[in-house]
Amino acid sequence: MPQSNTAVPKPIPKQRFLREMKQNGFLYLLTLPGILFFFVFSYVPMGGLVIAFQDYSMRYGIFGSRFNGVDNFKFLFQTGDIWRVTGNTLFLNILFILFTTLMSVFLAVLFSEVRSRGFKRITQSISILPNFVSWTVIALFLDAFIDPTTGMLAKWLARMGYPVDFYANAAVWPTLLVFLRIWQGAGYGAIVYIATIVGIDPQIYEAADIDGATRLQKIFRITIPILKPTIILMTLFGVGRIFYGDFGMIYALVGDNSLLFKTTDVIDTYVYRMMRMLRNYGMSAATGMFQSVLGFLFIMVVNWLARKLEPDSALF
Amino acid sequence: MVCPLSELTQNPQRRRRGDAVLDTAVHTLILVFCVLCLIPFIVAVSASFSSERTLLREGYSLLPVAFTTAAYDMLFSTRQIVDSYKVSLFVTVFGTVLSMVVTAMMAYPLSVKKLRYRGAISFFAYFTMLFNGGLVPTYMLISKYLGMRDTLWCMIIPVLVNPWNLFLLRNFFSAIPGELHESARIDGANDVRILWQIILPVSLPALATVSLFYAVAYWNQWFNAMLYIEDASKFPLQYLIMKMLRNIELLKQMSSQAGFAVDMSALPTTTTKMATAMVTIGPIIIAYPFAQKYFTSGLIVGSVKG
Repeated sequence: MPQSNTAVPKPIPKQRFLREMKQNGFLYLLTLPGILFFFVFSYVPMGGLVIAFQDYSMRYGIFGSRFNGVDNFKFLFQTGDIWRVTGNTLFLNILFILFTTLMSVFLAVLFSEVRSRGFKRITQSISILPNFVSWTVIALFLDAFIDPTTGMLAKWLARMGYPVDFYANAAVWPTLLVFLRIWQGAGYGAIVYIATIVGIDPQIYEAADIDGATRLQKIFRITIPILKPTIILMTLFGVGRIFYGDFGMIYALVGDNSLLFKTTDVIDTYVYRMMRMLRNYGMSAATGMFQSVLGFLFIMVVNWLARKLEPDSALF
Repeated sequence: MVCPLSELTQNPQRRRRGDAVLDTAVHTLILVFCVLCLIPFIVAVSASFSSERTLLREGYSLLPVAFTTAAYDMLFSTRQIVDSYKVSLFVTVFGTVLSMVVTAMMAYPLSVKKLRYRGAISFFAYFTMLFNGGLVPTYMLISKYLGMRDTLWCMIIPVLVNPWNLFLLRNFFSAIPGELHESARIDGANDVRILWQIILPVSLPALATVSLFYAVAYWNQWFNAMLYIEDASKFPLQYLIMKMLRNIELLKQMSSQAGFAVDMSALPTTTTKMATAMVTIGPIIIAYPFAQKYFTSGLIVGSVKG
């Protein structure tokens, strides 16, 4: 917060601003392109949220379209679509957060128990690799496993007597998406936990050795408790974005296959379809606004709670 | 690692056996996970070298069935893949450079403690991570009001600065000891020289890390292409794959472009898709062993907290 300089009489704000510009003008100049970027591509679209209250037409644009009050929102809640997609978004995100965190911590503990540096380096590199593959490529990979006639997994399941038509059976997709999420992100997610484990004072383990602790005991009584603040922080990062579906993932994998919408359609894919397929810009913007406002309120509450319960884990 | 004192504790034999069991379990589990990580890559490579007919009849497998390079021959005889490769390369190289310049320019002042308004500017950027206008206003802005439709710019400018990367880099800069600035200032260096001759050189690993994050993001990007690009000669690779996933039409067009006899049953659609995937992840796989250490170190040093 601004502290008044004792050497000179307290200047009025305008003078203070000018003096600061004169002293550090170069540094402020450096920030200008970035500020301009955020202004144009983040703040201007916030103003564009008025589309949510318009019967927007591409021809008349944002300044010429007719305002229709809260009709878009009314309609949105009437159809009931919004509850389905919000439910899916929350459900999938909870599954993702839960299972990727579990798996990442598990992997991190496994890696920390490996003594051979070569083995550790190579296997860790392999486990991170899927993180750098785009979801479009993963969707192609997935085809090789779940295609009804040629896919390896689909064929194997059929042989076992459990034929599953993955591209028509919405019920299996939450599980499938969780597996893909773990495949893609668990190794990468483990990095931050591995870093925390590396930072643990070795004397703690030595003391446990003297007391005759087994390695399993050391894992459960030392390593995991020390990881707790990191786990909470990473979970909060995820929870803070719980209203945002992973469009890149879901749309690349599911696309416009309406047979799977029941379990996979999230707010973001719904907003996209509403805009591109139905060209209902007002409704789409209203849905987006619903998401942004809810997401914002939610992250504020989460952060407030975190600061109360575990101040080290607060996001900001 | 092993403390000599620990051998004094009771029952060393039983503990060593327990250790051996744990070691075996740990190594096995890690190996299983790594094999699962690699299998999809192996299956895709094999499929891309398989004959279409045999693959459709016998299904995917770990090894190529009836080895052939037909899919790659077909792929590289089209203009599309070359065009898309050029687009992806341009967007990645040019985008990364531009993003780095703007991000570093903004991140450095935000790390300078004497700057009066740095808190306000940080908040200006941080707030965009908490709240946004959503898809429709952004879409209207870019396509209707900025006229970026069907230009390569629409894949770079709207994603120029990633706030996450901005704060990552700012945290790196903040971690540079203040004495370094001070001694330079006492020697009479101004802000320009401090940044250019002191801060940037000592931050090279950090700059490399953030560049890699940007480069991967640009290379893997397809969303903006899907929204704003209709001209096929401007499709980046990832969007080409997206198109292939969704419609077989594109593959037909490509093969007619390549002058293949259009015998639908012989058209290597599945294997060509896999070949395209291979060509697309090629640069990542090649750069990976060199770049990997930056990805790991980058995440560790700059945990983002506003």
